[in-house]
Amino acid sequence: MNTRIRRLKKKSFSNTFIIIIAVVLNILISLLMGYWSYSWLPIQASEAAHYVDNLFAFETTIGTFIFLGCTGTMAWILVFNRAPKYDESNGEPLEGNLKLEIVWTIVPLILVLAISTYSTNVNLKLENLGAKIKYNFGAEVPFVEEKKVFDYGPIDVISRQWNWEFVYPNGIHSSELHLPLNNKTNFRLITEDVIHSFYVPAFRLKQDIIPGSVITYSLTPTKEGVFRLRDAMFSGAYFSQNQTNVIVESEDVFYKWIKDTVKKEPQNGLNPAGRLYEKRLKNGNRGWATVKPAPDPKVNEVGSESRPHDS
Amino acid sequence: MTIVNYDPRLVKTKDPYPKGPNDWKRFFSFNTDAKVIGIQYIVTALFFLLIGGLLGMLIRGELITPPSDLFDPTVYNGLYTMHGTIMLFLFLFPILSGLTNLLVPPMIGAPDMAFPKLNALAFWLVPVFSIVLLISFFVPGGPASSGWWSYPPISIQNPLGKIINGEMLWIIAISLSGISSIIGAVNFVTTIIRMRAPGMGFFKMPIFIWTVLAAQLLQLLGLPALTGGAIMLFFDLTFQTSFFRVEGGGDPVLFQHFFWFYSHPAVYVMVLPVFGIFSELFPVYSRKPLFGYKFVAVASFGITILSLVVWVHHMFYTGTPMWMRNLFMFTTMLIAVPTGVKVFAWIATLWGGNIRLSTPMLFCLGGLFNFIFGGITGVMLATVPVDIHVGNTYFVVAHFHYIIFNTIAFGIFAAIYHWFPKFTGKMFYEGLGKVHFALTFIGATLNWLPLHWAGLLGMPRRVASYDPEFAIWNVLASIGAFILGVASIPFILNMVSSWVRGKSAPPNPWKAIGLEWLLPSPPPHENFEEDIPTVLNEPYCYGLDKPFVEDEQFYIEKSLKKS
Repeated sequence: MNTRIRRLKKKSFSNTFIIIIAVVLNILISLLMGYWSYSWLPIQASEAAHYVDNLFAFETTIGTFIFLGCTGTMAWILVFNRAPKYDESNGEPLEGNLKLEIVWTIVPLILVLAISTYSTNVNLKLENLGAKIKYNFGAEVPFVEEKKVFDYGPIDVISRQWNWEFVYPNGIHSSELHLPLNNKTNFRLITEDVIHSFYVPAFRLKQDIIPGSVITYSLTPTKEGVFRLRDAMFSGAYFSQNQTNVIVESEDVFYKWIKDTVKKEPQNGLNPAGRLYEKRLKNGNRGWATVKPAPDPKVNEVGSESRPHDS
Repeated sequence: MTIVNYDPRLVKTKDPYPKGPNDWKRFFSFNTDAKVIGIQYIVTALFFLLIGGLLGMLIRGELITPPSDLFDPTVYNGLYTMHGTIMLFLFLFPILSGLTNLLVPPMIGAPDMAFPKLNALAFWLVPVFSIVLLISFFVPGGPASSGWWSYPPISIQNPLGKIINGEMLWIIAISLSGISSIIGAVNFVTTIIRMRAPGMGFFKMPIFIWTVLAAQLLQLLGLPALTGGAIMLFFDLTFQTSFFRVEGGGDPVLFQHFFWFYSHPAVYVMVLPVFGIFSELFPVYSRKPLFGYKFVAVASFGITILSLVVWVHHMFYTGTPMWMRNLFMFTTMLIAVPTGVKVFAWIATLWGGNIRLSTPMLFCLGGLFNFIFGGITGVMLATVPVDIHVGNTYFVVAHFHYIIFNTIAFGIFAAIYHWFPKFTGKMFYEGLGKVHFALTFIGATLNWLPLHWAGLLGMPRRVASYDPEFAIWNVLASIGAFILGVASIPFILNMVSSWVRGKSAPPNPWKAIGLEWLLPSPPPHENFEEDIPTVLNEPYCYGLDKPFVEDEQFYIEKSLKKS
């Protein structure tokens, strides 16, 4: 009897030891994954990026802990609780454990409320989205007064099937989006046909552009470089071509670009979808139906399709 | 204890079909036997799994290289739209209806569904709308190609201006599918509420029945919104009305609300029965009672109620105001709680069990493993700032495939293997089943795990071509997709050859507890016929020495005699 108790005690001691080791190991791996998660994301090129990445790393850490906790337990069971061949006996008939069930209801509840509160704070800090004003589609886009403070803008972002055009306050038209570093820049997001989405992965920001509405939007670029702007809301046949570059420059370079570009004569801007459609027509217009791409925008700055990008 | 009062003779039909039970022709007729209808649904759905899978492999063929070089982009858009539509409306919904038809009446001791003719009608709508959808490949201009969301204005652009076009046929097919699902839901809900065996109170129902009830109530509450939205879209497309048409003053975002009000709960309509399958199978193959039966049962309804108030999380960046984004983030996050209750209960069920790694158990374990992963990425997507970055990228594609294939389809395969002997009367080949599992698990992981990184780096979904930095993830994914294609071979081989020449199955090959296992394999037309059992205890009392029904031995002997 005595020896049995001792053996049981020994067993429960070694079990506790194993559990502690496993939890510590899990915490370490989870922290490591959270640390790594930054490298899975593009360059941080806007004020928002840093907040988004921190939140993502936090979620990766907690997620890894839960994932390894659950699947580790499953692996343990699969190694040690396998029924021998031809053994069809029953396992230990545990029907439940009220305390345990309450714990695994309450703990996740607290956890998700904590994550939501954290994200709400990030949301309130970012505040990119301004007003959304409906207007008579096809008529002149109304002027929207931006109540928030900004350093530069508003730049009109005009999206089409399938090209982008940017109109600066001094009347410059450009196929690429030039932005001044560390200036909170304001935009008016406009579409001339269907829903598009203004998405720059390096900025971690995305905003749909709704036909019949003009949306004001602000962001602050924090890193010089060339970043891709990708349409992220499916917009038809040449959706994948509806991309251009965002070029973030120091204030000096940016204002010099503004000054130089004003003098340039308007010419046909970037429109890769238009070129592909011409090729399709030349090859006998094979394939399924599509609307015709919008004509080339007339811009002062054409930019370059093959410019290498940082992310 | 609640005793359900009902007289089985009320629903007893007079031998509805003239031929004996082994006549194969009944599978091609307007048969009203739920077990025949169930198999009709499942076989039809598996056929469309092959078609949808073929389209998926074509998509992955295009995406294995960065430029758009295999198809014209218009063709690519049509292919991915039809892939999604076929997989959801022609594979997943029908196959789950099929499993529900097979399992509900025997599991609750009913002779058939409450409305057998309506049941057959719901099934026969499937081939009708499938044909409508497939015809759309051959109309001028090609099939619908605005994604399975079919958002206006892109879906109502109608480039060729013809009245009959792919999009129009798509809307008709989806509406018919909705009608079929509503008919099915009315039937399932009525059957479960009215036709349970004596003694089977709500808290003595198997979890699968709980989840079916939760899911089908969701269909009844949500589907009218989508069907209404689809009809408005039809009017906008065909008669130039302007519900969503901006030129006439309509609002395209309104459609997104109609669409997601149903289509988010639709995910739960699909995943809830799979939770039910997990809850049925884990106890059988670990020889233990389901841990916390009542919590697991009630959690299904927690999910149902919450899923009706989360739809705006699909619209975090459409210009939704801040307060609404925060509110819907909280509701979405809350779903993790009842879902967590289920996951922990399954793991606790496994704990200390006598685990048998047969094919159905492998699919369940694989599905649970993948579901934990997909659930965690789901929580990430629910938080607004992360969703604003990865929404509409391949991260979302990877996440929902982890749920919809790696969890739901895994659960469906588990169910097919587990109940195959019961409803065909034949045993399947265990070895082929394991090969099927291994190929499916490897293929699915290779296909969707790498795509998370493509999405995090900013690769939008639905593109036909992409920047070269995403190539590595896409090559891996494409290899995974082709392995998944190969995985269908051992599965088909197994199903066909076992059904034709497999060993005869005993009534209860897995020594499982449940009313269906007290029936002969395959069960007779009206299941328990005159002798409806009286349920005494909760299900899953493995090792507890509590008999599930009164006079169990009588049913066991009867089933052995008939088999």
